[in-house]
Amino acid sequence: MNVDWLNFTPWSSLAGGALIGLAASLFVVANGRIAGISGLIGSLLQRGSEGVSEKALFLLGLLIAPLLWGLFTALPQIEFKSGGFGLIVAGVLVGIGTRYGSGCTSGHGVCGLSRLSPRSMVATACFMFSGFVTVFVLRHLLGG
Amino acid sequence: MTKLTAFIAGLLFGLGLLLAGMANPGKVLAFLDLTGAWDPSLGLVMVGAIGVAIGPLTWARRQSSSLLGRPMQLPIKRELDPRLIGGSLVFGIGWGIAGICPGPAVAILLTGHWQVIVFMLAMLAGMLLFTALESRRSH
Repeated sequence: MNVDWLNFTPWSSLAGGALIGLAASLFVVANGRIAGISGLIGSLLQRGSEGVSEKALFLLGLLIAPLLWGLFTALPQIEFKSGGFGLIVAGVLVGIGTRYGSGCTSGHGVCGLSRLSPRSMVATACFMFSGFVTVFVLRHLLGG
Repeated sequence: MTKLTAFIAGLLFGLGLLLAGMANPGKVLAFLDLTGAWDPSLGLVMVGAIGVAIGPLTWARRQSSSLLGRPMQLPIKRELDPRLIGGSLVFGIGWGIAGICPGPAVAILLTGHWQVIVFMLAMLAGMLLFTALESRRSH
């Protein structure tokens, strides 16, 4: 294993993670809801969902976070590695997969693991595994 | 009040993603690239997030309502079904292709990159496809 120390950002990643944990905690303690982004978006796409305004306001906060950030300092680097076709395929797979799997990195990875849910542990292991394999295949086997 | 806390929670979540480096698809892919130049940073995002959230979520499991008097809506499903496993595997493939998952997709939607708009439209299409297939199944 070859660690890229140059790009390793332990403190900002740890602090950002803590902020994510704080946000997830606030949403569950105050609103009684799981901060799972795919679940929130998915339920807004379904007719007759409850709590539409709270879900929409959470997503609105998430949406305008970079605008607030930009008032104080430059946005961090955002670098894309795939072209249009890759993005479309990736988006469709993420959309379908997170709905069938009942969650994504936030719902299963952060909230689910924090409440020691066996389903979320299995889900997180599955998407981490297929994420690692996909990058290995695309970068090292196909040399993309 | 619950509307305000929902908004603040979303805002903090987004700022956390930006600070953590999760909003940078290149950095996410560097984390997923175990055999290349591996950037372990995002492992620490999980450590930080779970370290903070584990206390409040453990508390929440024993409550029937939130501090603001809303019903505590935690998932109750227990079984490890093929949908959970298959869906999560498919999600991971998509995540590994572009390095974008749903939270960061929303958090960088307004930063002026066409790539995230294409990704978001495709993701919404995928979710709508799920909804359509589900409603057909239930009829």
